[in-house]
Amino acid sequence: MNCEHAKPLIGPSADGELDASAVLDLEKHFHGCPACALEWRNARGLKKALKQSSLFFAAPKELRRRVKADLHLPSETRFQRHFPNWNWLAPASVGAAIACLAMLMTAAFTRPAAQPRLAQDIVSSHVRSLMANHMLDVVSADQHTVKPWFNGKLDFSPPVRNLAGQEFPLIGGRLDYLGGRSVAALVFQRHKHVINLFIWPAKEKDSKPASIARIQGYNLVGWSDAEMTFWAVSDLNESELTEFVQDYATAAPPK
Amino acid sequence: MLPHLDAAYNLARWLAGNDPDAQDVAQEACLRAFKFFGSFRGENARAWLLAIVRNTFYDWLQKNRPPEISGEFGDEPAAVEDASANPETVILRLADVEAIRVAIGELPVEFREIVILREMEGFSYKEIAELAEVPIGTVMSRLARARKLLQKRLAAAFKPGDPR
Repeated sequence: MNCEHAKPLIGPSADGELDASAVLDLEKHFHGCPACALEWRNARGLKKALKQSSLFFAAPKELRRRVKADLHLPSETRFQRHFPNWNWLAPASVGAAIACLAMLMTAAFTRPAAQPRLAQDIVSSHVRSLMANHMLDVVSADQHTVKPWFNGKLDFSPPVRNLAGQEFPLIGGRLDYLGGRSVAALVFQRHKHVINLFIWPAKEKDSKPASIARIQGYNLVGWSDAEMTFWAVSDLNESELTEFVQDYATAAPPK
Repeated sequence: MLPHLDAAYNLARWLAGNDPDAQDVAQEACLRAFKFFGSFRGENARAWLLAIVRNTFYDWLQKNRPPEISGEFGDEPAAVEDASANPETVILRLADVEAIRVAIGELPVEFREIVILREMEGFSYKEIAELAEVPIGTVMSRLARARKLLQKRLAAAFKPGDPR
């Protein structure tokens, strides 16, 4: 290898983008060529200098606050905020407002499984848990660690089950807020997919079969047993999420 | 909070060149990211977010500033040869953060972004090519030129005879 060949490879070599044989050839060349060897050291020095943490601009608190405010403003809130304006617009808009109101009321009287708004809230909560760094308040694969963690934080004790045997390992849990109440969120994993399972006490004391929804590309499965209402949400495909739900619903409850 | 907000702000800050504009760009990018989260199909959320920051910045640039002139350096491969003639001076004084900061800031924006993505974010050539939507060869040539420019500027920033 001569200098003409070596020089263009110095940068990529310092970046770790060369294959092993090219790196060996280059090193051989450096032994006989002080100029290129110096350039190599120079490239390494520059890289090191550019990696200094003092060159990195960390996000200011003000920006964090602004972004956080943006992310915690779900579409429903925006809708309600603009809602009063509709009343004094053209009569057609008033008609539309009444239609929307009617839809909301219809939704309010149907069972939870059919509530599009709840489902939307669940998806929003799932997305936020992935984007923001608040997915896990308690990090543990042990149900006997996760379940007691909720003591004193909720007015119920969620059934926590570990499905590691079925390839859905529990990775932890957190508190979340859905439909006007605090709920338990358990987090499971399937390969690189995250499953959020939201749990809160059922309003009615009879179990409901699973209902399935798909919103913004996420799959949701909701069901109730005699005590609790469950909603699982993930970017997993429907059949795998259903498999998770079946495993969870049939797993032995913790002692 | 957003795990990649620091990376988003850092890129925005280096591209926009000042804090208020960088905050606006980063905030807008996060909003877009949140809105289009359903379209995220990769495994690298940081690369995805930074691609959005980049696009947001260029949209912002079009609206708010005349385009940065970059042709000045576009055809100047030979003029920086002397950078390697005296490399020790460069290496030994690289601890001067302020000089490095100025030197990066003076790079044309399309060189600057590649340097940030490679050296501060540690992305591979391939990832940068996808993120910046340019061929890998362009990533490599921009990186090589950016480095030569940096070495030249840093060498010039220190007078000979400075204490080591």
